[in-house]
Amino acid sequence: MSAKKKSERGKKLDLSGVGPAVKTISKSIREYKKPSVLAPLFVMCETIIECLIPFVMTLLLGVLEIASGRAGNTDAFLSKLFDFLTGGGEPNYLLLILEFGAILFVLAVISLICGVKAGKYTAIASSGFAKNLRKDMYYKIQGFSFANIDKFSASSLVTRLTTDVTNVEMSYMMIIRTAVRAPFMMIFAMIMAFTINAEMALIFVCIAPLLAAGLIFIMMKAVPFFHRIFKKYDALNESVEENVRGIRVVKSYVREEHEKEKFGKASDEVRQNFTKAEKLIALNTPLMNFCAYSGIILIFVIGSLMIVRSNNSLLQWTELQSFMTYSFQILMSLMMLSMIMVMIIMSIASAKRIAEVVNEKSSIVSPENALTEVKNGSILFENVKFKYVSTADRYSVENISVNIKSGETVGIIGATGSGKTTMVSLIPRLYDVSEGVVKVGGEDVRKYDLTVLRNSVAMVLQKNVLFSGTMKENLKWGDKNATDEEIENAAKLAQAHEFILARPDGYDTYVEQGGANVSGGQKQRLCIARALLKKPKILILDDSTSAVDTKTDALIRAGLKKYIPETTKIIIAQRIASVQDADKIIIMENGTVSAIGTHAELLKNNDIYKELYYSQNKTVSQNNDGGNE
Amino acid sequence: MPRPMPPRNGKNFVPQKAKKGTLLRLIKMLLVGNKKLLAVILICLAVTSVTGVASSFFLAQLLKTINRGLELGGGESALNEIMPTLTVIFVAMGGVYLINILCAFLYTRLGAILTQRFLHQTRTEIFNKMQSLPIKYFDTHKTGDIMSVYTNDTDALRQLVSQSLPSLISAAISLTTLLVLMFTYSIWLSLAIFVGVFVMFKVTKTVGGKSAKYFVKRQISLGKEEGFIEEMIHGGKVVKVFCHEEESKADFDEKNEELCEMATKANTFANILMPIMGNIGNILYIFVAFVGGLLMVLNVPNLTVTGFVQDTADVSATTAFIITIMAFLPVSRQFTSNIAQSSQQINSIVMGLAGASRIFDILDETPETDNGYVTLVRCRISPDGTITECEERTGHWAWKHPHKADGTITYTELKGDIQMFDVDFGYVPEKIVLHDVSLYAHPGQKIAFVGATGAGKTTITSLINRFYDIADGKIRYDGININKIKKPDLRRSLGIVLQDTNLFTGTVMENIRYGRLSATDEECIAAARLAYADDFITRLPEGYNTMLTADGGNLSQGQRQLLSIARAAVKDAPVMILDEATSSIDTRTEALVQKGTDKLMEGRTVFVIAHRLSTVQNSDVIMVLELGRIIERGTHDELIAKKQKYYQLYTGAFELE
Repeated sequence: MSAKKKSERGKKLDLSGVGPAVKTISKSIREYKKPSVLAPLFVMCETIIECLIPFVMTLLLGVLEIASGRAGNTDAFLSKLFDFLTGGGEPNYLLLILEFGAILFVLAVISLICGVKAGKYTAIASSGFAKNLRKDMYYKIQGFSFANIDKFSASSLVTRLTTDVTNVEMSYMMIIRTAVRAPFMMIFAMIMAFTINAEMALIFVCIAPLLAAGLIFIMMKAVPFFHRIFKKYDALNESVEENVRGIRVVKSYVREEHEKEKFGKASDEVRQNFTKAEKLIALNTPLMNFCAYSGIILIFVIGSLMIVRSNNSLLQWTELQSFMTYSFQILMSLMMLSMIMVMIIMSIASAKRIAEVVNEKSSIVSPENALTEVKNGSILFENVKFKYVSTADRYSVENISVNIKSGETVGIIGATGSGKTTMVSLIPRLYDVSEGVVKVGGEDVRKYDLTVLRNSVAMVLQKNVLFSGTMKENLKWGDKNATDEEIENAAKLAQAHEFILARPDGYDTYVEQGGANVSGGQKQRLCIARALLKKPKILILDDSTSAVDTKTDALIRAGLKKYIPETTKIIIAQRIASVQDADKIIIMENGTVSAIGTHAELLKNNDIYKELYYSQNKTVSQNNDGGNE
Repeated sequence: MPRPMPPRNGKNFVPQKAKKGTLLRLIKMLLVGNKKLLAVILICLAVTSVTGVASSFFLAQLLKTINRGLELGGGESALNEIMPTLTVIFVAMGGVYLINILCAFLYTRLGAILTQRFLHQTRTEIFNKMQSLPIKYFDTHKTGDIMSVYTNDTDALRQLVSQSLPSLISAAISLTTLLVLMFTYSIWLSLAIFVGVFVMFKVTKTVGGKSAKYFVKRQISLGKEEGFIEEMIHGGKVVKVFCHEEESKADFDEKNEELCEMATKANTFANILMPIMGNIGNILYIFVAFVGGLLMVLNVPNLTVTGFVQDTADVSATTAFIITIMAFLPVSRQFTSNIAQSSQQINSIVMGLAGASRIFDILDETPETDNGYVTLVRCRISPDGTITECEERTGHWAWKHPHKADGTITYTELKGDIQMFDVDFGYVPEKIVLHDVSLYAHPGQKIAFVGATGAGKTTITSLINRFYDIADGKIRYDGININKIKKPDLRRSLGIVLQDTNLFTGTVMENIRYGRLSATDEECIAAARLAYADDFITRLPEGYNTMLTADGGNLSQGQRQLLSIARAAVKDAPVMILDEATSSIDTRTEALVQKGTDKLMEGRTVFVIAHRLSTVQNSDVIMVLELGRIIERGTHDELIAKKQKYYQLYTGAFELE
């Protein structure tokens, strides 16, 4: 399924529209604002203490040095501290060592607590943010109209809800933790270095920008590569998925070698690009080592000269190792920064795609002061024109004027692409007309509350879906409060009762995802039963019995006529037999109504209808399923 | 260093424990064809690690020298005195660091090349293996699960090979070097370190183990949530038609909360491991300094691998101790940070090995067996009927049948005559789904199968092209037992339009040409005309050059079927199987398509499976199947006259489903 999560990554680095996108998605932080603030605060504390530790360590070493009896330590700060700690008397070295040890221990414990807290709040904040993002998008999508869904495509929406959210989640975690830690670490390490010895600290001022420039250069070069790789990688995975799904075709046509060659090429292309990018990234380590080691050598050279020349007064020899620690801290922070920069840049595209969904306005919403009752099942099309995309050249359906009385049965027949489905989709307002009016129960459909309208118009879609769950659960979609008796009645009417009972678990039979374990005809009948449970005023069957045999088809129609006579029934079908006993048959051609009439009328006057009828009833004289005569 | 690559999370991805020996096999796989490269990388890695810890060693030497300078009273004169030693140290440092940087450059660069080469090798190996697997494998494995091997598992493997393994090796080498160094400094202090290291291992095991456990749980919740999202979004239109939005939101919230909980736990444990390890390192650092200080103040002589350190002429034992402490501290820090860094790899190692294990599972699958030895060759047929093999295209094909017993070769002309004798078959041995199926299909005949879903119609055709092997009975093609025919040649002689239309990313033309790679554009267009597909193709924005994406998603089901028929037509095989090939095409168009295929298949054998009886009406023989048995056979008229099952089916007196 992962090719369905086909991501649209791979576009060139594009920073436009980042601001609004970030603003939009940051609204989803909500209840996680507190941990989002606490996490960086704790990170800050942790960082500050981590920088303090080497400093205090230097003091401890100073104590040790004095205790070792070496003369010459003339550090003013240290002697003052000694005076303060010992009250000016002869210091008790053991006690001093214990004291400094205790201070350091406490610092380390605080740092540990801060670190753990920061880690915890980061996890809470980022997982929570991701949760809210998914929720906001999902809720938004539930409010989408068909047109909105078509615009994004279902697969793309799934990608946005899964991969894109994960990318943003990772970045967010990085931002509130590492993006705070790294600069802080750098700044504090710098400050501490300057406190110890300003001249020596200048070494960092020279080296840090060098490393930063190098890292930025490498990253900037690498990012476009990675974008390209992701695109190629997705294409590769998609081709594998295609191969797996079509393996029977591959084997039937003996195309294994062809496929291997195709895959080998694509995989090698990924390898080449990936290698190029990774070679660039691989420069990071030697560059980092180069900067760190140059720093250390410089510190050692300048430091040792300074110490010896000034006889331990300008710089304490104990301070050398603190400098080493700081230099590593500063350079590591730069390294971390460059890495999170890449993560953030990569997730920008994801953030934008999420924002697109959240900002999308549903094109169909209930009006204010909506009508809350559908009077009857009459339908009126007045000069209706419709196109799916407003920029399309021609209308998908046009000039449709049809009057259907409440309780009538109407058949619609026409070739693939003639606009049958499009026309009926306008009745429950799955789409809004481009021009003209569709009226249900005498009122414009746009005046009704959407839920009210759609609950009165049950539509069995051509491309129908059952959901994983028991058959009963699936049927209850029509009416969640339906009693077992009502469910059985609906199933009987849809001719589904028998085959449901034939299953060992009856109504509790589990339906796999996508209805994989029910046959096409059974699925259609379950869908009809589900729609019947809504007790609709209008029932639309869009080619809903195509996989059902003629006899059962006839039984369903007879049942509908007998048990729900007041419901308006619209039946789209390929088989003439399915519509020939309707009150009215509409023939669609090229997006418009070409004829309306009863079976008898059309058989007399309409050539298309005649041709269809005779082609389907060539040699059967004993056809007993129509029964309209 | 970690590569900036966002994680991919596939549904159906349930991490499992890696099998034993996975690591060993992985290393063996890495070795194949990469021995030299790998050796160079390992040497460079080792050199980098060893030279990386050199700073600490140099610091100790430097401090000793500085100390001598200070003992000499400092100042320029003292500096001049120690200058030669200092210079030696600095030059040595420069040299060692240069080697380090060079080796770091080499191993990261070569490592990148190796990783990508290895992944490419692995990917192609999996894919090639997959092409050789029997259909049964694809029946029993979900597409999502197979895909997860290509996405999640190879990604996990990449992490393992490019990051975790090198960093573990590097850490192991560094730790050993540091250990040696530490013991030369001070055994007391080294022992102090061990206390801490023990704690660090314990912590990694508990916290890291918890983290890995919750990552698995998170992955399972993620799989559930993604599955739910996919189902609900793809069924989004049904949700709307039934005003089911609120219920769907409630179900979503439940899964979303669960995922959030698991993700929080998994991330918490992963996030806190580093601060804990880092600060244990800090405490250890302090502990060492503290212990050192105590020992010094209490005048305990330092102990090294060479014995107790005594006062010497130029340095007192105490001073030597403090130099040791100062040199030891950075070493101890490097030691603990190496352990801390390695602990970070625990998740990717667990995931990587699990991924590798699943990859090996695929590589270990038994491929489709093919013991056939009869091959299909181009031939020339002389007027007297003798067949001679030839290289050039003649429009004639023959079965080349070598006889092992006497070493002779016989040639049989390819005609498309299919016979089945008492065939039994079951997808699993315990459950036979076809019983005693016998039939004859001669060139020029059209044979139809009708019957309810599950009656065995599609199964019969899957046996002819040997997607599955029969349990009992015999199938002959032009009189030759199909078990003797090489599978690729057998399949080449059959044109099949399958129930599920599968198109491939590429142009319309390329998709038609899939039937026969050598077909010219004209031949492809002719086939499209025959299948009545030309009409809609020419109306596509770019005609035959229109790109089809994601399994022809931009075409209607009917159009895809027409394309599949064109694809089979261009193959021009003597036997054609049409399995519900026109089910989504309206009856008028279907009649036109039928006219085309009838013309194409004149004098050849056609098998038709259809739900719609109008599709099969004009067949030469119609077989009615029920529960895996042929219960009626005859022409349409004969069967209607019989007034049995077919009659009932046709007139609707019997339910098909």
